[in-house]
Amino acid sequence: MKLLTANFISCPVRTCKTSPTSFPLHFKDCELACDPDGNPYSRETLLGVLPRLEWDALRTSAGELGFTELPVEKPEGEVVGEEVLRRIWELLVQTHVVTGKMVCGNCAYEFGIQSGIANFLLPGHLV
Amino acid sequence: MSQSQSCLSSIPAGTASYETEHVHKVYEIIAPHFSATRFKPWPIVENFLKGFPAGSVGLDIGCGNGKYMAVNPNIFIFGSDRSQNLIGIASKQRHHEALVADALDLPHPCSRFDFAISIAVIHHFSSQERRVEAIKSILSTLKPITGNKSETGGKALIYVWALEQKSSRRGWDENSVQDVFVPWVMRKNFAAHQTEQTYQRYYHLYRQGELDKDVSDAGGIVCESGYEKDNWYAIVQTKVQG
Repeated sequence: MKLLTANFISCPVRTCKTSPTSFPLHFKDCELACDPDGNPYSRETLLGVLPRLEWDALRTSAGELGFTELPVEKPEGEVVGEEVLRRIWELLVQTHVVTGKMVCGNCAYEFGIQSGIANFLLPGHLV
Repeated sequence: MSQSQSCLSSIPAGTASYETEHVHKVYEIIAPHFSATRFKPWPIVENFLKGFPAGSVGLDIGCGNGKYMAVNPNIFIFGSDRSQNLIGIASKQRHHEALVADALDLPHPCSRFDFAISIAVIHHFSSQERRVEAIKSILSTLKPITGNKSETGGKALIYVWALEQKSSRRGWDENSVQDVFVPWVMRKNFAAHQTEQTYQRYYHLYRQGELDKDVSDAGGIVCESGYEKDNWYAIVQTKVQG
């Protein structure tokens, strides 16, 4: 699972949908890997996706994985330096959680990640 | 002649357990064989995905083996499916993301997505109520239209199997039964113990106009709809609720 994906994931439990604490889910016990070949850098794609990101949530998720260098304000526009953009791209789509958990801040349910794939199927009592 | 059987089951239709038995379990077993037969993107879906600008984000709900993920490398698709085996295959599309999830309980925030596709998925829900729920679930993820400007809203493309397919090898027409079991014959080389086996999947075959009605019952707006090669499709949007 990519850090980018975590920015578009919230708890699937219906009663959590309206709770602001169900987004983002919180990473726990994660092992990371880097996959630069699967996602070669594209400035155009990154500039397109930046406005779509919830920046505060991204900083939270990145911090939980040990990356604390993201600026407080979202870098926007053509003036942003190439080096900054490349580092954001590395974090967003080239850094993967291989195993770990994502925890809902509202219901505390833990969703597992194994072999890079997160499982959001709910047990019967939460559907 | 229809090759399908009537839906005899000990489990009542219109329930999650019916779909677990007659849809999810079957896909889990046939996944490698099914995936080997699913590689060519349908043109309308391909054109739909190619129409979004770089950096657009969207969902492929019921993505199966992820065959649509390769279509546009400048957008990001988060694909989900109930079948862990199919998601294992889809996860090889490393530019995108593959998740195990249920279409009725999607793990996504509301109103964030530029697009969604759900290709050959909604017809596996076993009551009209559940099919409408699934469409509602998809609509809730889209950016809603604001100020009556359709370009402000996200778009979803939904495909379902048509009842009207007289010329296909299934041979159904408008007088056929709509709720059917459709056999999947698992070839020897994919089956356990190297013997050919047949599995039955549940389908609701959509009649002309029925998809548009389900979309409107789900609160959606149909921008475009039509028939392509044994399937009905609709491109849909949603408005701000309230």
